[in-house]
Amino acid sequence: MDFSAINPILLLASLMVAATPILLAAVGELVVERAGVLNLGVEGMMITGAVCGFIVAVGTNSPWLGFIGAAVGGALLSLLFGFLTQFLLSNQVATGLALTLFGLGLSALMGQGYIGIKAPSFPDWNIPLLGDIPVIGPIVFQHDPMVYVGLLIVAGTWAFLKYARAGLILRAVGENHEAAHALGYHVVRVRMLAIMFGGACAGLGGAYLSLVRVPQWTEGMTAGAGWIALAIVVFASWRPWRLLLGAYLFGGVTVLQLNLQAAGFAIPVEYLSMSPYLATIAVLVIMRTGRAPGSLGQSFHASR
Amino acid sequence: MMTMNRILAGAAVALGLATGAFADGHEKTKVGFVYVGPVGDGGWTYEHDQGRLAVEEHFGDAVETVYVESVPEGPDAERVMTQMALGGADLIFTTSFGYMDQTINVAGKFPDVKFEHATGFKQADNVSVYSARFYEGRAVQGHIAGQMTESNIIGYIASFPIPEVIRGINSAYLHAKEVNPDVEFKIVWAYTWFDPAKEAEAATVLIEQGADVILQHTDSTAPQAAAQAAGNVVTFGQASDMAEFAPFPRVSSIIDNWAPYYIARTQAVIDGTWESTSTWDGIAPGMVGIGEITDAVPAEVKASAEAMVESMRSGEYHPFTGPINKQDGSVWLSDGEVADDGTLAGMNFYVEGLTGDIPQ
Repeated sequence: MDFSAINPILLLASLMVAATPILLAAVGELVVERAGVLNLGVEGMMITGAVCGFIVAVGTNSPWLGFIGAAVGGALLSLLFGFLTQFLLSNQVATGLALTLFGLGLSALMGQGYIGIKAPSFPDWNIPLLGDIPVIGPIVFQHDPMVYVGLLIVAGTWAFLKYARAGLILRAVGENHEAAHALGYHVVRVRMLAIMFGGACAGLGGAYLSLVRVPQWTEGMTAGAGWIALAIVVFASWRPWRLLLGAYLFGGVTVLQLNLQAAGFAIPVEYLSMSPYLATIAVLVIMRTGRAPGSLGQSFHASR
Repeated sequence: MMTMNRILAGAAVALGLATGAFADGHEKTKVGFVYVGPVGDGGWTYEHDQGRLAVEEHFGDAVETVYVESVPEGPDAERVMTQMALGGADLIFTTSFGYMDQTINVAGKFPDVKFEHATGFKQADNVSVYSARFYEGRAVQGHIAGQMTESNIIGYIASFPIPEVIRGINSAYLHAKEVNPDVEFKIVWAYTWFDPAKEAEAATVLIEQGADVILQHTDSTAPQAAAQAAGNVVTFGQASDMAEFAPFPRVSSIIDNWAPYYIARTQAVIDGTWESTSTWDGIAPGMVGIGEITDAVPAEVKASAEAMVESMRSGEYHPFTGPINKQDGSVWLSDGEVADDGTLAGMNFYVEGLTGDIPQ
């Protein structure tokens, strides 16, 4: 056992990176669910975003364009879900699951010919002044820009839901779509926009894996991250800052357990392996106060 | 983390198989493959699929192949196999250790269908087992790794604590230690065969803790990319050549070559001569290939590694030749004694010098 082998600064720094893909996907899904829609297709949208982002980034040699491509790809795929559930009133659970299957297959098809290719590099930012602060600098201020984009999206989502009129409307639609409709709000339009936002965020999360975290394209590379994101939304009681906590906790314990293993820590590996899941669930359940949006998962049609 | 998507994906494909197969009768010999990862993983499953394609190429219209990818190691695998057997498959290759009990169960229900289980040890009248002596390749990796490391720390990304993986760790360690007595192994159990993000994380953690050589027993190329990003870390291709990362960080590789075996076994089914067998082939018959050792490796190291490959090919050298002690210091093999296949097949202990415990 050799604790000196674990560098706490590097550990905390990699926590933020490890959490980012889940965080991005989860915050998108949070908005979707706050609008009253349950989209179980996060995994499919993530992997589609991963491959779209990779293709665009390799084609243009620009990771930034890659991320934009990923957001567009994820949003386009989510439009399919939106059309089926909001206009044809299909069952949201079944459609979401189908979207995941479709996304996995579609991404494998699109990714043919991109296996083994390297992505353009996406260098870390060393933020001047802030990045030079001892200890805190390397932990917080020396990451790639997408880490901060993820944080900005969380903060923006929080402010939007709490302070913006549009955010209030979105929540009203999610809480009681008939009442919102009676007040003259366009339920389906709000939900379609939320679904597209969710798709775009999931796409960004996937692209973070294929362009930064891994970074390369491999079939099925999200390997369940979308399902973790879905679970974190629920355990975070549909609140943005708790979601951030949940994602960082999950990412943090994941990295920590690998570090402990490598350092030869004398806890059985099985417990270490399950620890990210246990820790995240335990903390978020203990803190849990909220409840699900009232109209979550229900179809809406103006004629009813 | 057995994910819902994989389960559903397996279900959807299996249903598709079943309906498609009933339609075209049963003239052709039908060969099924159950894969643990996606065929595009660039490693383990990719090489099994190359074997499947070789079967198609070799037999042309006489044989039809079907496969289901990303099948979880659990009850779901049993259902996929059952669907395949119901769909008219004559021969089914189940290509991951975790399918062992499921293969035996399904084989019991379909006595006329032949099963071939990779890397396992449970045989039945209609279940053969086959595996490759990857530990021969691991010996070469250890030999090179021990001489390439400057920090004397070698990181090892292990998957599951099964004999196959433990054998690899022991073999690599013994041969790294032989050329570099100061070498230390840091082992991380990923508990997955395929999860690029987790594999990348594991590689990054090992590099942060000082490893400058990364050996992997997981299937994706993510650790290679992590090593490349770190800049001065050596890796080896796993299961497939992973040549896109050559000449550096990937300095050599273990390549699984299943094609000759798959063709031979399919031929046996066609001829009606198939029998339950246990096959364990290594470098000599070509089931294990050693990928080109690149120029990033010093010439004398490369030469001695190649000499080692040759001595294993000729049968002169066995990677587990005594004296070797177990981790607790007790004698496993006395001087000159060679490990028997039974012990190797069920290996559940570390050799002397490795630290930490094997998860039970």
